[in-house]
Parts: sequence; structure tokens; C-alpha cells
Amino acid sequence: MTTPTPLARAATSAPLEPEPQTPSPLAPRGSRLPRYVPYAVGAASLVFSYLLLLVVASPGIPGVVASAAALYAVAITIVSRVVEGHRWAVDRLATTLVTFAFAVALIPLVSLLWTVGSKGAALFSAEFLTTDMVGVFGDMTSGGVAHAIVGTLAVTATAALISVPIGLLTAIYLVEYGRGRVAKGITFLVDVMTGIPSIVAGLFAFALFTLIMGPAYRSGLMGAVALAVLMTPVVIRSVEEMLRLVPNELREAAYALGVPKWLTIVKVVLRTAVAGIVTGIMLAVARVIGETAPLLITVGILTRSSWNVLEGRMATLPVFAYNQYQQGGVGVDRAWAAALTLILIVMILNLAARMISRVFAPKGAAH
Amino acid sequence: MEDSVNLSRISTRSAVLVGALALTLTACSSDSETPTTSSTPGATGAGETQSQELSGNLAGAGASSQGKAMEGWIAGFNEMAPDVILSYDPAGSGSGREQFLAGAVQFAGSDAALKEDELTAAEERCYGGEAIEVPLYISPIAVIYNLPGVEAENLQMSAETLAKVFNGDITKWNDPAIAAENEGVELPDLTIIPVNRSDESGTTENFVEYLAAAGNDAWPHEVSGDWPVSGGQSGKGTQGVVDTVSAAEGTIGYADASRAGDLGTVAIKVGEEYVPFSPEAAAKVVDASPRAEGATDKRLIVELDRTTTEAGAYPLVLMSYSLACSVYEDAADVANVKALFTYMASEEGQARAADPAVAGSAPISDALRTEVMAAIDSIAVAS
Amino acid sequence: MAVSSPTTDLAPARAARHRGRLPDRVFHGLSAGAGWLILVVLAAVAIFLFLRAWPALSASAEDLDAISWMNGASIATYVGPLIFGTLLSAILALVIAVPLSLGIALFISHYAPRKLAQGLGYVIDLLAAIPSVVYGLWGALWLAPVLDPVFGWLSGTLGFIPLFEGYTAPARNVMAASVVLAVMILPIISAVAREVFLQTPRLHEEAALALGATRWEVVRMAVLPFGRSGLISASMLGLGRALGETMAVLMILSPGYAVSFFLLQPGQHQSIAANIAAKFPESSGLSVSVLIATGLALFVITLLVNLAARAIIARRAEFSGAN
Repeated sequence: MTTPTPLARAATSAPLEPEPQTPSPLAPRGSRLPRYVPYAVGAASLVFSYLLLLVVASPGIPGVVASAAALYAVAITIVSRVVEGHRWAVDRLATTLVTFAFAVALIPLVSLLWTVGSKGAALFSAEFLTTDMVGVFGDMTSGGVAHAIVGTLAVTATAALISVPIGLLTAIYLVEYGRGRVAKGITFLVDVMTGIPSIVAGLFAFALFTLIMGPAYRSGLMGAVALAVLMTPVVIRSVEEMLRLVPNELREAAYALGVPKWLTIVKVVLRTAVAGIVTGIMLAVARVIGETAPLLITVGILTRSSWNVLEGRMATLPVFAYNQYQQGGVGVDRAWAAALTLILIVMILNLAARMISRVFAPKGAAH
Repeated sequence: MEDSVNLSRISTRSAVLVGALALTLTACSSDSETPTTSSTPGATGAGETQSQELSGNLAGAGASSQGKAMEGWIAGFNEMAPDVILSYDPAGSGSGREQFLAGAVQFAGSDAALKEDELTAAEERCYGGEAIEVPLYISPIAVIYNLPGVEAENLQMSAETLAKVFNGDITKWNDPAIAAENEGVELPDLTIIPVNRSDESGTTENFVEYLAAAGNDAWPHEVSGDWPVSGGQSGKGTQGVVDTVSAAEGTIGYADASRAGDLGTVAIKVGEEYVPFSPEAAAKVVDASPRAEGATDKRLIVELDRTTTEAGAYPLVLMSYSLACSVYEDAADVANVKALFTYMASEEGQARAADPAVAGSAPISDALRTEVMAAIDSIAVAS
Repeated sequence: MAVSSPTTDLAPARAARHRGRLPDRVFHGLSAGAGWLILVVLAAVAIFLFLRAWPALSASAEDLDAISWMNGASIATYVGPLIFGTLLSAILALVIAVPLSLGIALFISHYAPRKLAQGLGYVIDLLAAIPSVVYGLWGALWLAPVLDPVFGWLSGTLGFIPLFEGYTAPARNVMAASVVLAVMILPIISAVAREVFLQTPRLHEEAALALGATRWEVVRMAVLPFGRSGLISASMLGLGRALGETMAVLMILSPGYAVSFFLLQPGQHQSIAANIAAKFPESSGLSVSVLIATGLALFVITLLVNLAARAIIARRAEFSGAN
């Protein structure tokens, strides 16, 4: 393993990039490939694989690109092996593979965003956001998601109301008070809780409420409890991380001034970490806001807005999207538009988190 | 509704409304015994002022097959009675029955009639009354296929051929059995890919029941809401099936006829002729079918005659019942449920559901409507 | 317990302790209570699932027989193939997703220009928050047609291997479901892995560079050893998501209840979560209990996966450069 040596320290100011043009004197050989070579090899691979596929079968764009990529990886490695030597050849191969892996992974992710964006745009409008589904039937293209936005916000806010205090206090316990076995045990339990599948959380809420309230009880609260089960460990994790980043010197300074511990935590530690905490909570909200399965079995669906989380069904965006898809026809368009709405809400939450953390951050704190 | 001569200038819808209001009036005024008014509406001359009488919450849940029709009905009903907060959760027949029996909803939709043990539960839920089950949603099930190369408007198949196809005994589209029924149609040498519903559903149950009853023993499986053959393509819900059938050539599946879209549909063999699905053909088989065991004048449950040979009937039909109580504790519930059911059963309500843009269902016949109305009229407030 | 015992070295001044004793005690109690609440909630999840599953676990064979979709199976023989299907789809997804996530994470943390890396990081974070129902929609409507020719080719040329035997269009088999799951967990795994890679001590990297190491050698010698346990826990997080994913599987898989490795055939596999979501609406009474019993099984599986992950990380941590 590498251990920091005076030699390494001397290099701190250097950029974190191996310099291909001026290899270190310790490098095995001085000769390097000129910059244009990878591009040339790439172009050659493309042309060659196109011609090859022309002979074997009819070339399609995906086929040509895939075979060209394979060809490029082999060719650039061989060229580099000959000119630059083994170590640089391995490096080139690794760079190629990492970049290709990234490109391959990007295809589905980009297509996902693109599909949602383009298909969602068909029905997406201000009217779509401000109307509910009352009186909408058949192949009517009117109607919207106002009620589902209301439901999603109400259920998620309730879930946050449950999980944020618990998560915050638990994180405080783990960082500021907890020692030894109990803290270790709780950390382990939080880990386990992170792994609870969403449908199990939904079943738990269903089992809990139906045992107490009777088999037909459905409410936003039920869904919120399921979401809270999923959300709490995420909140604990991120808050814990943020609290650990608060320098001990701050705590010690507060104690030295005679500030009691609880006040130190509230006024100094939390105050310092508030930006990170807000971001963490927002990310936790984003994690659960799109949950479908637990809400499907606990909250159900409704055609109008309802703010009452204690009684009765509510519409939520994910369930609405799923329901509309199941209806077919115009419903499929509505499902895409609802999905787009949901993604936009998540984006807004993300941005809001950044803004809030900037506003809340104590001056001079680097977050 | 038709005999309200003095209201002839008013549209059917208002007639229904007035009828409903008349019932409301009697229901509200007679806080004892069963209301004795018969279904002659308009007689009391219910005026505009009473239209405010209908209000409160009215919740239903159940069969997703009825979902689209219910949306249409809810919209229509709310035009007449805007103060009633009416909702229907298409959560599934089983869930709907359970919620209804638990008292969480005032009415339910179910693709199957109540079972033996549910009937006793219904008595308890209905304050000593009984459950009312009326068939208000009748819809043909289409056998859909994806064969873009086939010119014919409908492929023709007997129940026996369908059973063999879906059981995997016939594996090619140009199988002699299919060719024999489709003379003059050029069939491709393609493997048949049967597609079924992956979730438990009334559509599956009715389809399987048809195959078992009319398939001359070519269908060896038990009848239930679950598809019995494993190892095939399937989709969740009607949309899942339609998507799957649309996604590959050579597929064949079954779905609510209103969702068949551009896909090909099979004309099934009835007697000696082949009948493509249509609402009229579907309604015909319901009228030609006898009542099921346990039917009363409040439980209008039908034993569909899948083997009917009546000309022009289409026996591959899904019937979905609307469930309510004959007795409610709350007068408002009585009024609301009565008004809603009266509307759903009315000519206008049935016509709305039958609109291809809404649910494309088959309107119930006048004879059945008379019986349904009588059952609805018996709904009363608990003494 | 003494209020300030955990931090005796930082003990506040005596006067402060005097002033702050009661609120301090309350605050300590509150936060400790919240910690214990986690235990209570987890226990409650297990207990309530068990309570609702009990009627099914204790039901007689005849009663279970009355549930049409049980097809005469007992609880164990019913849940067995479901567990198999759940594990198969999740592990396949992990096999696809981990190398790709590694690529994404390394690319963003060590290969891409900084400006681009920040933007990409934001997009990946956003993708991690996309609801699963959207992945399901996308998988069913966009991905399945794309996979169709690929699977057709696989089955045509490699069909002699039982794994790839007998593909039937459309692409609604366990392989397609796993690809969707892989795409779903890609952002999750790569987001965590990226964070870990970025935390590689700068000195380690600089030391390697100063010794003339190539970029790959830096990654291999400094970044990967440091980030290995982080990558494992990220993968486990992804595995957990894949195990419990409901909607995406529900919307793209033609389910079946076999224990088989025919990855390209439809109607062979089903995951527990999707099975619950598919059967739940039409269920009442005992069948709900059966479904909750399968949910309990899923809970136990994720518990075991978590334990295994911790064991692996604990063992790896000794060898890695971390800590």
C-alpha cells in the first residue's frame, strides 16, 4: 500500500492527473503515443466494423457502434503495448473500459429521462397541474393531477413529520451520547431498516392498521407510516454523517463557556450542521416520494383532492400514474405526464434543498 | 321511468333525477317501515327544491372491470346531484366485497356473486336486511390477436379450437384446425403465443368458464379467476395483456372488448355461425340465460349460458354486479344509493356506459331493468 | 446513568452542569428513546407481519387448497419458487449493474473533467430518486422492444446452452426484468460508490502519482482498496432495492412459479414483491394472510442479506486501506 512519504508531500501542489506528455522519470519508457492516435484508432475501428458488417449482414447503428467499441478496445491496447509498453497499455485499456461502461450505463438512463420528458409533454400543462379527475371519464383528455399532488404532498409531509424527529434524535443519540453496545446495536438496526423492501413496509402498515381499525380502513396516515419506516433510516444515516463532520473543537468551546450539553447540541452542533441536515432530509423525502407499492395497498386512489390524512383514500402521484396506465388509452398519456410531474417535484425538492442549505448555513461554513 | 307522461318534455336524465328524488323524498319522510311507493316516479311532483336533499358521502369499491363505466356514471350522477361526494375505488372485486361487508363503503362492484359465507356477513352488515346484487355492467370479452399479415376482418374459431390454442395443443397459426374454420384466409406459419392475465380477474374466470363449458372437453382445467396453464406470456391487468399482445406478432389473448383497439378479434362459433363481439350480442346471451342458484328478487344473479345456440348471441361475456344493502341505518345512505343505482340502471346511465368512448358495455334489456328497479326500490331505512 | 458520562473529558463546567441538569436529562432521554424506538419499530414490523401471517401459517391444507392460486401447494412449496425468483432476478440485476456502476463512479470521480463530473453527479442523484413506477413504464414500453432482437439473437446462436433456450417474444422474461432492475439500481450504487471514491485520501493518490503510476495504477492501488468496502455496501444497498422492487417487475415480467434457469422464457419466475402487488387487490381473508406470509419471508431474506453484507465488509475492512 501507498503510505504518505515526504516525496508524496512534495507533490501536493501538482494536479491529480498523470502527465502523458512528460512522464515521470520513474516511468519505464519515455515514448508515448501522440494525442491524435486514440481518435485515429477510433475512426478506423468505426469504418472497419461498418465494412465488416456490410459483408456479413446489414449494418445497423447499434451493431456498428458495439463492434467498433470492441475493436477499438483491442486495437488501442495493442498499439499502446507496442509503442508505450505494458503499463501504459493496461492504463489505456482501463480508461477505455471505464469510459465505455459509463457510456453504456448512460444509454438507458438518458433514454429514460428522454422518454418521460417527451411522452409526458403530450398532456403536461398548467391545466393538468391544477385540475383533478372529478367528472373525467372515457376518452376525455381533460383532467389532471392536482388531487394527486395534494395527496403526495400530504402523505409525504406526514411521513416526514413522523420520521424526521425520530431520525434526528436517533442520530443525535448515536453521535453525541451513544457509546458501546447499545449504540452499535442501534447502528446495526438502522442498517437492517435501510434494507426493508418498500412492499414489506406497506404490508406492515396494512397489518398494523387493519388489526387495530378493521380490515377496510384506508388512509393517508397508513401510507405515511409505511413511508416513515422507509424514510427514518435514510434520515438517521445522513444526519449522523453531518453531525460527525462538526468539529469537536466547537463542542469543547461551548462546554468551556459553561453551556449545558443539550444546549450545545441544539445551538452549536445542529446549528453548524443544519445545511447538511436539510439536504439529507430532502434526499430522504425524494427517496420515498415516488414509492408506489406501499401506497397502492394502503392509500388507494381517489378522484378529488383530500387533505384529510386520518380518514379515507387519497390520490398520490405514483399510484395515479400506475392506475392511469392500467386504464389504457388516454390514461397512458396521463401516466407519463404524472411521471414527469413527479420527476419535476423531485427536482424542485433537490434544488430547494440546495437553496435552503445555502440560506441556513452559518457564515463561513463550507458546505 | 318511461311512464312519466307529465314530464315528457323533460329529458330522460331529469326524469331519472326526479325519480330518484321521489324515492329520496319517500325515504326521508318515512323514518319507519319500508317505503311503499312503487317505482312510479314523478307522481309526488318532486320540485327543484328537493334537489338539495341528496348530499353526503357515497363511497364504493370493487371490480376494476367496471372502473371506466363507473367513471362515466360518477360524472353523470354528479351532474344531477352535485352535492353528493361520490367515489369508486377500482381496487378489485375481492377487495370491494370485503370493504362492503366491513361497512367501509356503501356499495361495491363485483365480477362474482357473493359467496355462501359472505351472504351471512352481508346480513349483519345490512342491519338485518340482505344484499342486493344487480347486474348493471355487461361487457363482451374479445379474443384479441396480433397478425398484421392476415387480411380477414375476424378470424373464426370455435370454443374447442380456442381451448386447444390456449392450452398449447395447437401451436401454429396455420394448424389444420384453424385453417378449416377459416376457409380462404391465408394463415402464416407462425408459432402461436398465448397471452393470459397474470392477476386473478373476473375476465379470466369468465373466459375460462366459457372454454370449459363450450369447449367439448378440450379444456381440462378447473374454472377459477386464475389462469391455470403455466409457463406462458402474461400481463398484469387488461392493459398488461393488450401491451403484451401488441408487442409481438403471433400472440393471442383475451381482454375487455372496449380495449381491443386495432388488434384483430376472433368471431366465436355459436350454433352454426360465427359471431364477432358486439354489445347487442352480449346483451342477448344474458337475457337468454337462466338465473343462478340462490337468486331472489333482490339477488338478480345469472348463470350465463355459455353453450347457447341462440342466433347472434355472443356468450363470451363478463357480468359485473353492483352490490348494495337492502337496509341502511342512515336515511341519507338510502337516498344516495337508491338514486345512484336508479341512475346506473336507467336507459341514460346504461347508454353512457355503452358509449365506446366510455366503456363500450352492453346495455341491459328493458325486461331486466324492470326487475332491477324493483330490487332497488326495496332499499329502505332500518327500523 | 450520569448525564455527561460519555464525554467526561469534555465535561462542561460545574456551574453549567448545575444549571442544565434537568433539560439535559430530558434531552438525553428523548434521543435515547428515539434510538430504542428503532428497535421497537423493527420488532413491530416483524410482529405485525407475523400476526397477520399466522392464519396462513397455521391453516390446514384444505383451507389453503381453497385459494385458487395456491394450486394445492403448502405455504413452503408456494413461497419456495417465489424466493428463488426473487433472488435470481436480484442477483442477475446485481451482476449487470455492479461493473457498470463501478465504471460510472470511477468515470465521474477520476476520469471526467471536474465541471462535467459535477453535472453528471447531479443527474445521477436525480435518477436515484425516479420512482419505480416510471422505470416500470419505461421498461414495458421502451426497453422490451429494444431487448427483443438481442434476446432473439442470444437464443438463436447460444440456444444450445439451457440458460438461453427457448426465447419467446415479447421480452417479458426474468432477464428483461433484471435489466430493468439493473438500470434502477445503477444510480443508487454509483452514487454511493462515487462518494466513497471521492473520499480516497488525496495523499495516497498523490503518492502513487509521484511514484510515476499511471492513472489506472492510481485507481488500482489507492482508490479501489480504499473504496472496496464502500462499493460492497453500495452493492448491498442495490441488492436490497432489487430484492424488494415491486412495480417494475410487476409491469415487465410474465410471471410463473417454476424453479428453473431458463432466463429467456416467459412464465418461469416471479418475485415475492411483485406477486404481492399482483394478488393483493383480489384477495381477502386467508389469501391476504398467505401474501403477508410471503412478505415475511422477503423481510427475512433482506435481513439475511444485510447480515451477510456486514460480515463481508467487516472481513474486508481488515485488508482495505480504509480506517
